[in-house]
Amino acid sequence: MPLLTLDHVTQRFGGLVAVNDLSFTIEPGSIVAMIGPNGAGKSTAFNLVTGIYRPSSGRIVFDGTDVTGKATSTIAALGIARTFQNIRLFAFMSAVENVTTGEHARLRANLVDSLLHLPSQRREEKRAYERAMELLRFVGLEKFADTYARNLAYGFQRRLEIARALASDPKLLLLDEPAAGMNPSEKRDLVDLIRRIRERGVTVFLIEHDMGLVMEISERITVLDHGEKIAEGPPAEVRNDPRVIEAYLGAPAEAS
Amino acid sequence: MATAPSAARRPLLNLSPGMRTAVIAFAVAVVLPFVHPNGAFTNFLADAGAFVLLALGLNIVVGFAGLLDLGYAAFFAIGSYAFAMLASPQFGIHVPFWLLVFVAAGIAAVFGILLGAPTLRLRGDYLAIVTLGFGEIVPQTFLNLTQWTGGPNGIGSLDQPVFFGLRFGFNPLPYYFLILALIALAVWVASNLRHSRLGRAWMAIREDELAAAHMGINTTTTKLAAFAMGASFSGLAGCAYASKLQLVSPDQFGFNVSVFILAMLVLGGMGNIPGVIVGSLILSALERFILPQGTNFLHGLGLNIDLTNSRFLIYGAILVLMMLFRPEGLIPSRERKAELHAADTDADAAEQEQELYTEAVH
Repeated sequence: MPLLTLDHVTQRFGGLVAVNDLSFTIEPGSIVAMIGPNGAGKSTAFNLVTGIYRPSSGRIVFDGTDVTGKATSTIAALGIARTFQNIRLFAFMSAVENVTTGEHARLRANLVDSLLHLPSQRREEKRAYERAMELLRFVGLEKFADTYARNLAYGFQRRLEIARALASDPKLLLLDEPAAGMNPSEKRDLVDLIRRIRERGVTVFLIEHDMGLVMEISERITVLDHGEKIAEGPPAEVRNDPRVIEAYLGAPAEAS
Repeated sequence: MATAPSAARRPLLNLSPGMRTAVIAFAVAVVLPFVHPNGAFTNFLADAGAFVLLALGLNIVVGFAGLLDLGYAAFFAIGSYAFAMLASPQFGIHVPFWLLVFVAAGIAAVFGILLGAPTLRLRGDYLAIVTLGFGEIVPQTFLNLTQWTGGPNGIGSLDQPVFFGLRFGFNPLPYYFLILALIALAVWVASNLRHSRLGRAWMAIREDELAAAHMGINTTTTKLAAFAMGASFSGLAGCAYASKLQLVSPDQFGFNVSVFILAMLVLGGMGNIPGVIVGSLILSALERFILPQGTNFLHGLGLNIDLTNSRFLIYGAILVLMMLFRPEGLIPSRERKAELHAADTDADAAEQEQELYTEAVH
């Protein structure tokens, strides 16, 4: 059974069709990518999956549950975590607090536990803290646990966002342009990190413009253009698809 | 012991050196009325304490969750009137004080949710304007529901608390200790909340509401929890204040009270419990001591200037000066200080870490 299914999903904003009749599936345990020129509707597709937008028509099914039109927080609690194209960390919370906040959906403490600081709540907080530190080590940021997210270097902020997303134990991780603004060595680290995330049993779905990275890491690629899916398949196949080349480079000049 | 430094480095654990400061401050507060045994002074301390409670409550809404509430006095009114209606000859109902304190906190919390619910989709200026409206509506309602609230005369002859057979009477001292105990409770609760799952959710909403929702935080219930908790503190304050004054009337809860409490947070340091307490004590002292004494002093010099009449001018000037020279407040929280001085420190910090990173990579 696929982990995520988009079934004829369409999103209109007034007269603009941002995503048009998009269907695809993601198998559990895979690393898949979505590519396409700017404005192709990739981020809109992510926003549909995480419940920021309610699709104009179509259905989204995650792990056997119909999540179409569900609240973002509900979808997150079901096991979809994400990072953002323009980093959205909690700027004035420390790195470790950011990750602990990411654990929110996993933690059980209610208002009364928190008010009275009951022993069960203290134990849970301690475990949450230790787990957050473990995740910071996983992304290589344990040295910066007490640094404000805002004061971290750009590449570190991207990693911290990934650690925060992993904190909820998601089944599916959406990465929105994780390599944007990274230098080549940072990109190599990122490829390694994404592979280690998959080894933890997390399915990874990414939007990325860096074709080298996408081709290297993805098992399947979906290509969008003007809100429509124009190609889908393994990297080697997509790379040579004439429609993909046309979308990126323009149509070849008419012969004769 | 080797555990001490590591405990201090953990921001999530509650075992801070702040605990020591809290114990010392509490001890000083206990002996203070005996150091200067004067009825007016004790009375001032009790009133200032009630405003500390209010400031701690507003701090949860504005400081922790970042929801600007300009009508907080409405909850103070609701707490006070709840006490007045349930412990006075008005309806002949006399609920015991110690039970009523928590009932009134609960009633105020329910109104916190009722008034919070319609504002959930609003942010920033819009939220502030709607809460400003509530702050006006609530005292007006109490003013006009004459048959229940006594209209402009309010409700008088309120019950006095009885502690193990001892009636509190008209001496301010037992009220002061009552309020001190409520403050201790409020500080404990507020700092527990600050370092909990809920407290982090509040801060996350303050920082970035959309990202918070992606953490699985239900922003609706989390914001309502902030309004409810903040309001419940003013229920406590309302009970203590009303029973001490023996009277509630609609003119005690005007817009200036809401602004007064907010100014305490701004002055002391929004989001930081010690800062909020210090800010509210300073403004209370200014209102009750410094301005009247200053006026007497000026009269003594033959100057006919009444400082108490121009107190809003003085508060305004203080706030303007704070905004210019120390916008984070006198005793700010770590994050607020960083936020307001971000431009100064940002560049170096990022640069340093970039260097560290390149070192690590090569």
